[in-house]
Amino acid sequence: MTEKPFLLDPTAEQSPPSRVRAPRLSSLKDRTIALLDISKARGDVFLDRIAEKLNQQGLAVKRYQKPTFARIAPIELKQEISTDCHAVVEALAD
Amino acid sequence: MKNFPDGLVAVMKRDCRTCSMIQPVITMLAGYQTPFTVFSQDDPDFPAGVANVIDDTELAYSYQLNIEVVPTLMRIENGREINRIIGWDRKEWRQFTGIADLGQGLPEQRPGCGARNMAPEIAEELALRYPTTELNARRIELASQEDDLEACFERGWTDGLPVVPPTEKRVRRMLQGSQRATDEIVGIVPPNRVPCTVAKVAINAVMAGCKPEYLPVALAAVEAACMDVFCMHGLLATTYFSGPVVIVNGPITKAIGMNAGLNVLGQGNRANATIGRTLQLVIRNIGGGRPGGVDRATFGNPGKYTFCFAEDEEGSPWEPLSVERGFKEGASTVTLFAGDGVQAIMDQRSRTPESLSRTYANSLKTVAHSKIFMVADAVLVVSPEHARVFRQAGWTKQRLRQEIDGVLKTHGSELIRGAQDIAEGMPETFAEVELTKFRPGGLHIVHAGGRAGMFSAIIGGWVASGPIGSQSVTKEITL
Repeated sequence: MTEKPFLLDPTAEQSPPSRVRAPRLSSLKDRTIALLDISKARGDVFLDRIAEKLNQQGLAVKRYQKPTFARIAPIELKQEISTDCHAVVEALAD
Repeated sequence: MKNFPDGLVAVMKRDCRTCSMIQPVITMLAGYQTPFTVFSQDDPDFPAGVANVIDDTELAYSYQLNIEVVPTLMRIENGREINRIIGWDRKEWRQFTGIADLGQGLPEQRPGCGARNMAPEIAEELALRYPTTELNARRIELASQEDDLEACFERGWTDGLPVVPPTEKRVRRMLQGSQRATDEIVGIVPPNRVPCTVAKVAINAVMAGCKPEYLPVALAAVEAACMDVFCMHGLLATTYFSGPVVIVNGPITKAIGMNAGLNVLGQGNRANATIGRTLQLVIRNIGGGRPGGVDRATFGNPGKYTFCFAEDEEGSPWEPLSVERGFKEGASTVTLFAGDGVQAIMDQRSRTPESLSRTYANSLKTVAHSKIFMVADAVLVVSPEHARVFRQAGWTKQRLRQEIDGVLKTHGSELIRGAQDIAEGMPETFAEVELTKFRPGGLHIVHAGGRAGMFSAIIGGWVASGPIGSQSVTKEITL
């Protein structure tokens, strides 16, 4: 078995070796939430309900859809979401 | 470690004509009473008909015995080498073995061939396979589909440009550029005050694109940046433009091919570019100093990717910066200056040092602000064409500095806040005194640049120059 590829850590090794997640929002106040439907069956049902809940809290919601769940999101779609919204809820599976 | 067999040991390879030629000798030795072993570097069936041939195509024995030439004949007792001879010299082999008729009919002497373990690529592989030193750095495993270059970006290790992925092989190769122990602490790197080892600098030097021979310069630059008086923490944290500027002096600049000439402050030279970048990557990755974190620069400047150049000492009418700063002629040094961008000085008309120094003074007056004096240091980089004017007139650096100071001497009433209808300026307390632009020792002069062009350059300093903030530091480069 070949050894897994590795690099030597150039840092002070004060953070965990695994990649850290993007920072989470501390509050949803005045934030726009993207709801991303990946085009799998009943994703819309789930996201409709999420939208309803978020709207009840007075939060702005924008709806997006991937052309097909089989492929990664087109770059334009990713850029549109990251420009207009602060967080994404993605409906992954049916 | 491998155990070595006692008795006589010959190391050979089929691909060597001398080894092939002495096959009868080997057959004869194999028939003698003394235990006899052959290590074959490229073919376990060579030499044919000899009983005790050990397959060393992996070169483990050869590497550990540090074989340079084949054939090598050695005597080993209790697992330790007593002595060795190399190549074929009939007299020598007869003496060594005590066999008077050894090699009858063979030529008296034939040189051997280079051992396989010494071939550059193979030698490196072997050094990696049998490391003699521990590399104290965490291994970051990549996912099988992960692109190593992208992985460096995603882990936040880069300055925005791609880095060379720091594989163990590359880092070990880098470490061969310095004789210092890999775990030696080079300095405490701000802002997080992290002890930084030679190995960690080497990892960042790999990423920056350094060759191993640049490593001693990069290490000296890191050492200098960690000196208290340089105040790297403050320099990083300031909203001002500045960052560390690395000026290299001495024979090492030529040895590693640094640029002191045409486009000296620009792009295109690997050593200049990657040594300066190593320092920045060390501050980012080891020290944890990142834009938006401790680095609060309003603008920054492009030199914060890398800003490193060599002084042109050969063409200079003056003593090098290093000598001026107390190091002996011929010493290789790095000098760190807290500086920002490059400000151009154009003067294509001055043919006298008096005129040219006035041009310099007028341009230097604007460093930071034309009404703010004694606050920011500066480096004046004098080009060869301008330097000629001073050489012909016999002006020393000190004379030039005095003349510039003289022209810049200004009465405080012209500089105080509100004077010239400009709110910015010196505090009221300076209203009655005469000031000069630079504090004592605050104007550095070096010689560099292309041979054509009647220009010089100013590298303006941080507005917290001097004991309140950053003072230039010079460190000797040790190999």
